[in-house]
Amino acid sequence: MFLSRLAPLLTLLGAFVVWEVVCVVFSVPTFVLPRPSQIIASAQEVPLDTWLANIAATLQIVLAGFCISFAIAIPLAMVLVNSRQLSNTVVPLLVVIQSTPIVAIAPILVVSLGAGVSPRVVITCLITFFPLVISTATGLRSAPVELIELSESLRAPRFRQFTQIRLPYAVPHILGATKVAVTLAVIGAVVAEFVAADKGLGYMIVNYTAVFKLGRAFCALLILLCISLTLYQLVVLVERTFFAWSLPSRN
Amino acid sequence: MNSRSTGAGVIATAPDERRTEAASAEAKPALWLAGPPAVDLRHISHTFRSLDRSTVTALSDVDLEVRRTEFVSIIGPSGCGKSTVLRLISGLLKPSSGSVSVFGLPVTEPRDDIALVFQRPTLLPWLNVVDNVTFPEKHKTGRVSKETAARALDILEIVGLQDFLRKRPAELSGGMQQRVAIARALLQDPDILLMDEPFSALDALTRDELSVELLDILVRRPKTVVFVTHSIPEALLLSDRIVVMSPRPGTVTEIIDVPLPRPRGLNSMLDPVFSEMASEIRSKVFTRARH
Repeated sequence: MFLSRLAPLLTLLGAFVVWEVVCVVFSVPTFVLPRPSQIIASAQEVPLDTWLANIAATLQIVLAGFCISFAIAIPLAMVLVNSRQLSNTVVPLLVVIQSTPIVAIAPILVVSLGAGVSPRVVITCLITFFPLVISTATGLRSAPVELIELSESLRAPRFRQFTQIRLPYAVPHILGATKVAVTLAVIGAVVAEFVAADKGLGYMIVNYTAVFKLGRAFCALLILLCISLTLYQLVVLVERTFFAWSLPSRN
Repeated sequence: MNSRSTGAGVIATAPDERRTEAASAEAKPALWLAGPPAVDLRHISHTFRSLDRSTVTALSDVDLEVRRTEFVSIIGPSGCGKSTVLRLISGLLKPSSGSVSVFGLPVTEPRDDIALVFQRPTLLPWLNVVDNVTFPEKHKTGRVSKETAARALDILEIVGLQDFLRKRPAELSGGMQQRVAIARALLQDPDILLMDEPFSALDALTRDELSVELLDILVRRPKTVVFVTHSIPEALLLSDRIVVMSPRPGTVTEIIDVPLPRPRGLNSMLDPVFSEMASEIRSKVFTRARH
């Protein structure tokens, strides 16, 4: 039990050891592939303030992009579920947006929206939007027919059919999509920073690889990974704390 | 859930219940038992557009009159439009042709004095038992009045759930969940109760237990009930009349009076009339289904 919990960590450590050994044995140059020990050491080459400023910059884009996307996606899904006609009109459009390669549209957006924060936030929105809308709409439709009939037989106001029946039934779907979306938001923010930015972890990676400081680039990558994992765990925590009923029962 | 504690609960609350019954009888118009029938279906036909765009005739020229405080069961094979009849009475569906009247008035939209119980309990998994039972009022008006909350406790005691008030549906057995659903319908204090195979998802023992409880409840709070079922014994035990329907297109083939004396209980099933009628109805349902 204890060992099985540690297993992933041990595997990871093992991989790092193999990495380290391979680099030493084949004397791989640092600018091609730094050893794990060198990566950790190179983190200290950059002042802490710089790290924090760049982390803050990326985190700001991730959170702003995700929150705006969430705030639009949920009401839009409700509207789509409410009207078949609108759903038929809007959903194909969403599929088109989703099918557009985000990396390809990023430079275009930067030109259109300028080099500020806005194109980065928009790109993050675009990448997280589709899974949120589609999953929420599916969730809203998953409420049992009988409850919808109950609602109609009571002649209850339509908005309460959403707030008291459909939305709670959509919670597991929304949480599932949110888990996907927070990790996608990190990807979106980094892609946006690759294209045009003057700060942020994505910007650091581009800059440091350009000057063969791979150790520092790897550090930035690790931090991105941590951000992604933390956001994911936050969603899990919210799910367990506030929506425990939506989790499958253990027995 | 054991039936003993349920039985005890019913007996203990009985005097109280009579008093509330008297009070609500005062509130209702004196002509409650007189006047037009509770439900009146005339020449009802109903067609659906199915997924492959062909039209399906669910009901064809159905006539049915349900008197006040009468218990009518609709029995017949799957797909004969039994559930459609309930949805037409409730106002959730409009018939393709024919007229539906409730208490003499044509049904144009769902009414407050009709409550539904479905085959599945369909409780809200995030609400506890009490909140599920008071949900209709909360859903309709946005709040639950003190009176309703108090009545909810009474009704939950009647259905034997007084010890499970704060449990979530997932913690209850199927039979208990269906009890909650019945309590939810009863709390709306409907004049007409529409039940769509409410016990069919339950095991045989729980079925009988709930049937008897339903009989008890109806003795104390008379209501008009239209009850869809697949089970002939269940229909015989509960009903004043049994409507036999045939499928494709669904139509009424026979209406059978059940002369078993009331009050009824599980002992009614031992009555020779019971088994006689059961085989009679079985033969009728069968010959019709073979077409």
